[in-house]
Amino acid sequence: MDSSTLEYASTDAAPVRRSAAALLWRRLSRNVMSLVAFGVIGAVALAAVGAPVIMPYDPDAPDADHALEAPSLRHWLGTDLYGRDQLTRIVYAGRVDLLVALAATAIALSLGALLGAVSGYRGGWLDQLLMRVIDTIQAFPSFILAMGIAAALGNSVTNIVIAIAITHVPIYGRLIRGEMLRIREMEYAEAARTVGNRQRRIIFHHLLPNCFPPVIVQATLAMGFAILTVAALSYIGLGIRPPTSEWGAMTAEGAGYIVSGEWWIFLFPGVAIMATVLSFNLVGDALRDVLDPRMKGV
Amino acid sequence: MLGYFVKRVLLVIPTLFGVTIVTFVLTYILPGNPALVKAGPLATPQHIAEMERRMGLDQPMVVQYGRYLSGLFRGDLGESHATGRPVLEDLIQRVPATLELTLAALLVALAVGIPLGVVAAVRRDGWLDHVSRLVGVGGVAMPTFWTGLLALYVFFYALGVAPPPLGRLGTGMTPPPRITGLLTVDALMTMHWRALGSALHQLVLPALVLGFSVMAPLTRMVRATMLEVLESDYIKAAWAAGLPRRTIVYGDALRNCMIPVITLIGVVFGFLMAGNVVVESVFSWPGIGNYAVAAMMSKDSGPIQSFVLFVGVVYVFVNLAVDLVYGFVDPRIRLH
Amino acid sequence: MTDLLTIEDLTVHFDTDEGVVQAVDGAALSIAAGEIVGLVGESGSGKSVTATAILRLLRPPARIVSGRIHFDGRDLLTVPEEAMRSVRGSQISMVFQSPRTSLNPVLPVGRQIERLLALHGGAAPGRARERAVAMLREAGIAEPERRAGQYAHQLSGGMCQRVMIAMALATNPRLLIADEPTTGLDVSIAAQILELLRDLGRRTGAAILLITHDLGVVARLCDRVVVMHAGQTVEWAEVRDLFHAPAHPYTRALIRSIPRVDREIVMEPIPGAIPSLLSPPRGCRFAPRCTLVQPECATRIPVQTIGEAHQVACIAVSGV
Repeated sequence: MDSSTLEYASTDAAPVRRSAAALLWRRLSRNVMSLVAFGVIGAVALAAVGAPVIMPYDPDAPDADHALEAPSLRHWLGTDLYGRDQLTRIVYAGRVDLLVALAATAIALSLGALLGAVSGYRGGWLDQLLMRVIDTIQAFPSFILAMGIAAALGNSVTNIVIAIAITHVPIYGRLIRGEMLRIREMEYAEAARTVGNRQRRIIFHHLLPNCFPPVIVQATLAMGFAILTVAALSYIGLGIRPPTSEWGAMTAEGAGYIVSGEWWIFLFPGVAIMATVLSFNLVGDALRDVLDPRMKGV
Repeated sequence: MLGYFVKRVLLVIPTLFGVTIVTFVLTYILPGNPALVKAGPLATPQHIAEMERRMGLDQPMVVQYGRYLSGLFRGDLGESHATGRPVLEDLIQRVPATLELTLAALLVALAVGIPLGVVAAVRRDGWLDHVSRLVGVGGVAMPTFWTGLLALYVFFYALGVAPPPLGRLGTGMTPPPRITGLLTVDALMTMHWRALGSALHQLVLPALVLGFSVMAPLTRMVRATMLEVLESDYIKAAWAAGLPRRTIVYGDALRNCMIPVITLIGVVFGFLMAGNVVVESVFSWPGIGNYAVAAMMSKDSGPIQSFVLFVGVVYVFVNLAVDLVYGFVDPRIRLH
Repeated sequence: MTDLLTIEDLTVHFDTDEGVVQAVDGAALSIAAGEIVGLVGESGSGKSVTATAILRLLRPPARIVSGRIHFDGRDLLTVPEEAMRSVRGSQISMVFQSPRTSLNPVLPVGRQIERLLALHGGAAPGRARERAVAMLREAGIAEPERRAGQYAHQLSGGMCQRVMIAMALATNPRLLIADEPTTGLDVSIAAQILELLRDLGRRTGAAILLITHDLGVVARLCDRVVVMHAGQTVEWAEVRDLFHAPAHPYTRALIRSIPRVDREIVMEPIPGAIPSLLSPPRGCRFAPRCTLVQPECATRIPVQTIGEAHQVACIAVSGV
């Protein structure tokens, strides 16, 4: 009789990654909310990309005859003071918000990963220095710091991206540094056999796949924060300014109309923000359940 | 414990330096030439150069930082062009308004958020747990300015129970004698009941909005902490020892949960300060956040950096206080 | 001698995402008053689950499917929860592994004993503190008055375990369940703890159910042993008989695989692996790895008595 083999998952990287995707799909499909969230993000992204084609109205063209109209069949989300269709404007504004959030997250991730990797790998005074820099960034509430940077640099889209990116660097910096330290510990056992450059290659070769899961989770969640930040900055006038439409700025425009009862101008941009951020959060949570169970519940 | 205290206090110093360096850099890269502004619109290039020299703008950055720092120690945070007064004066005058709002919101967040998180963890998957998760997930996604506008629309415009967002006191109401600067406290202490009522009436909605925005992450974190505590070995041992449920959950588990929650308060304070800016803007609340935003609107960018510095410094000290309290409360730190 | 505790036909399942884990299948054992019984098995054999079931501390996703646990004339699996509460900590106590984390980190250890005494009435009112200190002293802790005011993090691992034992025995229980009490402790400390358990057990007359995977511990401490494999109880014997005349094929393989200093032995690891508890084999779960396997092993497992106080659940072993 042959000895039976254990039914445990193999330790190869490849099978785990394949089943992670399958597990993700299973987890998402089981939880309806996650699926809806995924769908919302997909829809928003699609609408943002295909806006010029899908949207029937020109977001900037005024139409004085139809100013301040409540939601109707013609204008699903109503019109603003200049008669512009709100739905169209919201979709176009979505492009800006998503782009800013994406760009800021990408930059923060790259910079943070670089800082964290170097910091963790080299150790010593460089590590201390870089960690002090990150500590200093985190010494401020992140929105306040973003305000300061945005005020100092100016109101362009680029500057807002930079402002948000800087405040997000610590997230990725600490994460990658933590992973790097962990890998370095593990690798030292094997490092006795390897020499010089090969050691470095091994570390980076192992680092990237290991970092992927928590980084993806954090990036997804951070997208939500980035959108909230750019919207809030724009609301108080420090962010994206007209004529570029942006969800926060649109909400600010609608603020004045509360006292006169035109509720749709402030409401819908806010709903757009909330729906998008919520979706990113739900997808991020689902990803975390799948990819990094030890972070569960946080 | 002493070692922990000393270490923690000493850590404040480099952090404060870091904060001042950041705000200095931000001030430094501000657009525009401050000498130009100070010299006035009729200045000749020679005047401007002279002004630059006098303001030390031709010096290397390090020297300028030194000047900046010494200015800070003297309490010089620049001048506001809008009000014409030193920024520090403006900030001090407006801090009580922000403080009152922040404390009220903190009260709301703690009084509702902590029990909600605890009960959600204890009665896992009960209806309260679902509410807490809804609050946690939904609240975190709602932009605070939007929540404020929504609250205004519903409670002020539609229902008429909230006052118009015109400040801390209703129109025509005389403020109570100033003792702390917190209108509600002052009115209470001097027994000006009508002023108290009016101040509370104005405070309720912004405090609820700000408090709710901060409650969401707080509830999530409290729930997570409590869940973890309920799963710990000593709780299992307590069950095995036959201790009653009330003692285990609302005695042992709760006590152990509250200790890390203390550190959460520091994080919550950070959220509060950030949310303050937006809420003050929505409700025209005359605090330091609104001051900074209004200054920026009129192209007066100096106050914003001083505001950032102010908030940064306060945040550092709040975190210090939180850490010190934590060190005292947790026996693992208090006794070596 | 009537038994103090008897477990009959205990079956426990866990409802997990991957399916139903049949952790314990028809386990049975008995403990007489004052005796020390060892429950041995590899990790995953279901011994901890069985012990936890006695005090009805299993939580979902665990589910007790069937069984009876007789104690003090009642079936503990059917009594109401309030009745269980008066059993836990006073009639039956439990001690766990990792003693430091089993103590409340924010209460002084003396207080933790005192409140148990107050709850279960192990001391006259007002004398709880005295009794707590006395228990600490009996558990071999030096300067017990000082230690009683200290917190768990100020005590060593061995001391923490002494505190746990003091806590468990303060209320004079009839049975003490010790789940891997020495795992994670230094070898010399572990030996002391075992001595302590035996001494205090004899002195208070409490029976001890010792859960362990370490046969050395069993040899040192226990009067009788119960062997578990993959959720099934397979052999019951006195310690001597178990080591000198193991009957069940699994036990024999286990004993054979122990390295010995006194004679040359070829170490034979047990072939195969522990069967999956998600879809375990029918009947005897050792059958797939057993050299004496027969077709009937999949349908019934008779319990045969092969000596005085020596039973084995195997069809292939002939009786005396």
